[in-house]
Amino acid sequence: MDQKRKIRVLVAKPGLDGHDRGARIIARTYRDAGFEVVYSGLHQTPEEVVQAAIQEDVDMIGLSSLAGAHMYLFPRVVELLKEKGADDIVVCGGGIFPEEDIPKLKEAGIKEIFTPGTPLREVVKWVEDNVKPRS
Amino acid sequence: MSQDESLERIREDTKEWQQVFQESISKTPERLKRFSTVSDRAIQNLYTPLDIEDLDFSNDIGFPGQYPFTRGVQPSMYRGRLWTMRMFAGLGSAKDTNKRFHLLVNEGQTGLSTAFDMPTLMGYDTDCPKSRGECGRCGVAIDTLKDIEMLFEGLPIDRITTSMTINPPAPVLWAMYIAMAEKRGISRGIIGGTIQNDMLKEFIAQKTFMCPPRPSMRLIADTIEFGTKEVPRWNPISISGYHIREAGSTAVQELAFTLADGIAYVEAAIERGLDVDSFAPRLSFFFNSHLDFFEEIAKFRAARRMWARIMKERFEAKDPRSMWLRFHTQTAGCSLTAQQPYNNVVRTALEALAAVLGGTQSLHTNSLDEVLAIPTEEAATIALRTQQIIAEESGVGNTIDPLGGSFYVERLTKDMEEEAFEYIRKIDEMGGMVAAIEKNYPQMEIADAAYKYQKQIDGSEKTVVGVNKYVTGEELPVEILQIEAELERKQIEWTNQVKNTRDNKKVKDALEKLGEAAQRDDNLMYPIVDAVKEYVTEQEICDVFRDVFGVYRDPSVY
Repeated sequence: MDQKRKIRVLVAKPGLDGHDRGARIIARTYRDAGFEVVYSGLHQTPEEVVQAAIQEDVDMIGLSSLAGAHMYLFPRVVELLKEKGADDIVVCGGGIFPEEDIPKLKEAGIKEIFTPGTPLREVVKWVEDNVKPRS
Repeated sequence: MSQDESLERIREDTKEWQQVFQESISKTPERLKRFSTVSDRAIQNLYTPLDIEDLDFSNDIGFPGQYPFTRGVQPSMYRGRLWTMRMFAGLGSAKDTNKRFHLLVNEGQTGLSTAFDMPTLMGYDTDCPKSRGECGRCGVAIDTLKDIEMLFEGLPIDRITTSMTINPPAPVLWAMYIAMAEKRGISRGIIGGTIQNDMLKEFIAQKTFMCPPRPSMRLIADTIEFGTKEVPRWNPISISGYHIREAGSTAVQELAFTLADGIAYVEAAIERGLDVDSFAPRLSFFFNSHLDFFEEIAKFRAARRMWARIMKERFEAKDPRSMWLRFHTQTAGCSLTAQQPYNNVVRTALEALAAVLGGTQSLHTNSLDEVLAIPTEEAATIALRTQQIIAEESGVGNTIDPLGGSFYVERLTKDMEEEAFEYIRKIDEMGGMVAAIEKNYPQMEIADAAYKYQKQIDGSEKTVVGVNKYVTGEELPVEILQIEAELERKQIEWTNQVKNTRDNKKVKDALEKLGEAAQRDDNLMYPIVDAVKEYVTEQEICDVFRDVFGVYRDPSVY
């Protein structure tokens, strides 16, 4: 009998933003929740993020941005996943976003946006409810 | 009564009082199981003279303006001159930021402080593919000297000092500032200000990278040497704990890692052949002021005493100014909440007050909306007014170091000093801060502290008003500053125009000279100043560094 595969997550920092406190806390939180975690490290281009996601065969990408470039970087990741035929990888994002950007990001295919102050257990629960291992 | 007899009596009285206290809480239990600071330091119910028995007034506390400077670096402190009110500002284009600078100066700000956008901070031009989507977002976009000229247009840079928060490309931005001043007829001997230029804390916490740690230290030694010889009123480095704290460190880690970075810079400059007293007076510091009021005040006082001891005992400095820890403070961005954002005004006021009671030389107060975006004019003005109210209404500057002698504050000061020195000993054993960074030691210490703190908030062990307690569904709307969407295209066009009108032969020569100097051991500041005057772009210069010294990559540890 197949053992159920663990959820694999890429925590990624696209763009030049260096604020990684949140991303690293989320990576540890996912790890402690039993997910398999890959952390991209800083200063990744959207192309590098997508390449890593495909190479590492992840089920979800968690993008982090705190320096205001999310409106370009996040939709670009979704677009590239589509181009590579990997758009079954769920994308969510966390960080600092002006209120009015959130619906636009969701429209662009970011499935959920987490803002400052979100309890860690909610972040984990969302993954458990919304992400299934891709066969 | 002799001192011994007096202490003996206090000891007996304290025992008795503790019994009274226990009886009292047996009826009404304490509110919390454990009382602790933001950094999770356990706090006693009461402090008495017994808690500072090991302190010696002359050696440990002393007088303002006198070794070990626990009570302040200047004898007169705020009775002589208030701290510099220096609001960190940068948004959109050089023109937009110039407008904000004029507003702040007109509202009574007494120093300038520049925030750059991400491409500028990382040494990339706006037209670099890596810069897509970032132009002007979290600060001002600078590509060439032309932008710096516009940024400071009409501002009295011969009278007002300027701080620039810039790290890997600090030599380039500083060179642009010098070139701009000289074009305006103001000599480099007159201008005053600070470049952050603290790469060690970048590797540890803020994470704007260019070259690896060792060549980064060479560039920093170049700037210190150049400043000492050519720009004597400039602070060529601002040794920063701010970002270490923002990354999630404890107060003691902030203190320890910052001073350990300072030690590494002093060693690098001495290795360069400079006499310690020739450059040390121009080393400046930058700390965070977080919410735990007394812990922060103690941290500032401990930092001054520790640095004085390090400079005197470890580096044998003779000039008292070499022992001064002069510092800028910024209130803690990470303490602000997106929820109920108007509460941030109160948080910032408390943090600013702690910085003032801790004896800061200059202060930035965060705006209530900084957790959401770059501040609006209105929010930045309230933040500046917060400082002005502390300075001119609260009366806290009437006497020097008003908390000196407080049993609690003196105990905290001493404990933090001892714990921070313990960290410094560990780092020394690893071979110094550069080696410790290469082992990811401070990075992981901070990550551990940050994770622990987040879990305490999640478990409601620590309260964050509006986040895990007193939560309301409704949020008051806050006006958010928007950066013009067309800015990136316009900035690229503008820089292209500059490139088309400059003398490209001279640009090529300047870059070749810089490359050759980098291969040798020449001080690079001279060829950088020459290059920026030819309107060589920031990235063109930084690409030379990347070619010669290599590129640092994030170790991706968590």
